[in-house]
Amino acid sequence: MIRLSIPLRQALARLSLPMLIASAFGVMLLGKADSLLVERARMVLADALMPVWVVVQEPVGAVNNAVREAQTLWNIRDENARLREENDRLHRWQATALALESENALLRRQLAWVPDPAPNFFTARVVADGGGTYARAVLLATAFQVPARKGQVALDERGFVGRVTEVGSRSARVLLATDINSRIPITLENSRARAIMVGNNAARPRLQHWPEGQIPREGDRVVTSAEAGAFPSGLPVGVVRWTESGAPEVELFARLDRLDVVRLFDFGLTGILPPESVARPEPRGRR
Amino acid sequence: MKPPIRGRTEPPAGLLRRIDAMLRSAFPTLVTLGLIVLAAVPVGAPGLIMAVCLPTVFFWTIFRPNTMPPPAVFCIGLTQDLLTLAPLGSGVLLLLLTHGIIMRFRGLLVRQSFWLVWLVYAAVAVGGAAMNWALTGLLSWQLPPTTPAMHQLGISVGLYPMLAWVLTRAHRAMQNAEA
Repeated sequence: MIRLSIPLRQALARLSLPMLIASAFGVMLLGKADSLLVERARMVLADALMPVWVVVQEPVGAVNNAVREAQTLWNIRDENARLREENDRLHRWQATALALESENALLRRQLAWVPDPAPNFFTARVVADGGGTYARAVLLATAFQVPARKGQVALDERGFVGRVTEVGSRSARVLLATDINSRIPITLENSRARAIMVGNNAARPRLQHWPEGQIPREGDRVVTSAEAGAFPSGLPVGVVRWTESGAPEVELFARLDRLDVVRLFDFGLTGILPPESVARPEPRGRR
Repeated sequence: MKPPIRGRTEPPAGLLRRIDAMLRSAFPTLVTLGLIVLAAVPVGAPGLIMAVCLPTVFFWTIFRPNTMPPPAVFCIGLTQDLLTLAPLGSGVLLLLLTHGIIMRFRGLLVRQSFWLVWLVYAAVAVGGAAMNWALTGLLSWQLPPTTPAMHQLGISVGLYPMLAWVLTRAHRAMQNAEA
């Protein structure tokens, strides 16, 4: 250890706070200037902490499950009534769906339709909240052999969750659809009108930029649109809801507040990604 | 006759003692970093990391300032900024300023009752939320919504008593061990 004289040490101690405040401004500038470096630092830290989170996830998940179990037991009567009603409704829909399926198969045969290939996907566990006060993101634990890649689309068991924005060696960050920087091109299923779903950090993202005269209606189903080559068309997103103040919002199918496991789909689309992340060699050929 | 010697003479600073002293002085920083990592575990409430960071730094700055030096605050802030998607450096600046201000008034604060310290913390948290909002707006060049700031402020002020209770226990235990 270096021995310093007491006055010198005192002077250094007094200077350290102003100097560190100055370096905080330096860090801010660096963060603005070199976003790639910041991204790499973020993923290195996330990779390093991933084992801790994976271990902590077990007891936390057990507690969460117990709480959910208790809630279901509490609501079991209401839930039962709701399910019975829903089951009746779905039975009617099943008949319709079967009729439509056979009709669809018939039409496809007549048109010599080439079906889309089924997309590959793998599942990953959500282990940490990767957002913050003004951001909504989650960190996934990805196994070593799993080819996580920027631009992959994340879905939970119900619908669209977000897309992969940062990839580390054993973790990946998914920017959720509710994040303030999220812009998702969508189609309103009834009118086939295109629009943009804009995140605002709240639970329901807003709709913007729909074509004139095709106002989104309450209850319209919202699916992704292939515009800009970032998503395939037709992934389920949510349902249109109008707020009391008169703004259309999307009630997402995905339950973003209780994400456990998400499916990552690789559609091979590279729209909107910055060029440097596309140009990098990707471990896709090994599949 | 010589009077009997009471107590023992201080043993020379051996390796174990040095490790012990080092661990003790690093304890608050390690606890804070541990809390940040734990706060990132998803429990349904976003923005917990910042809500845990500020009260912990505030507490240790008042009650154990020599174990929470500015470089440690800097490291904590950097970890916080890297784990969240906040603009890099904003959390560092906020924590360092809080540390500096509290250091100036800690002589007054350390003798006050819990309720008054909580009140001061609430004032600091309001200032911090306002500054964080302004910095986020400035660094990302778009006006952030105010609801998340309010939400986070509420969690942070509400969490303080619980955190302070646990940290006070740790602080007392350390005082007892040093006495």
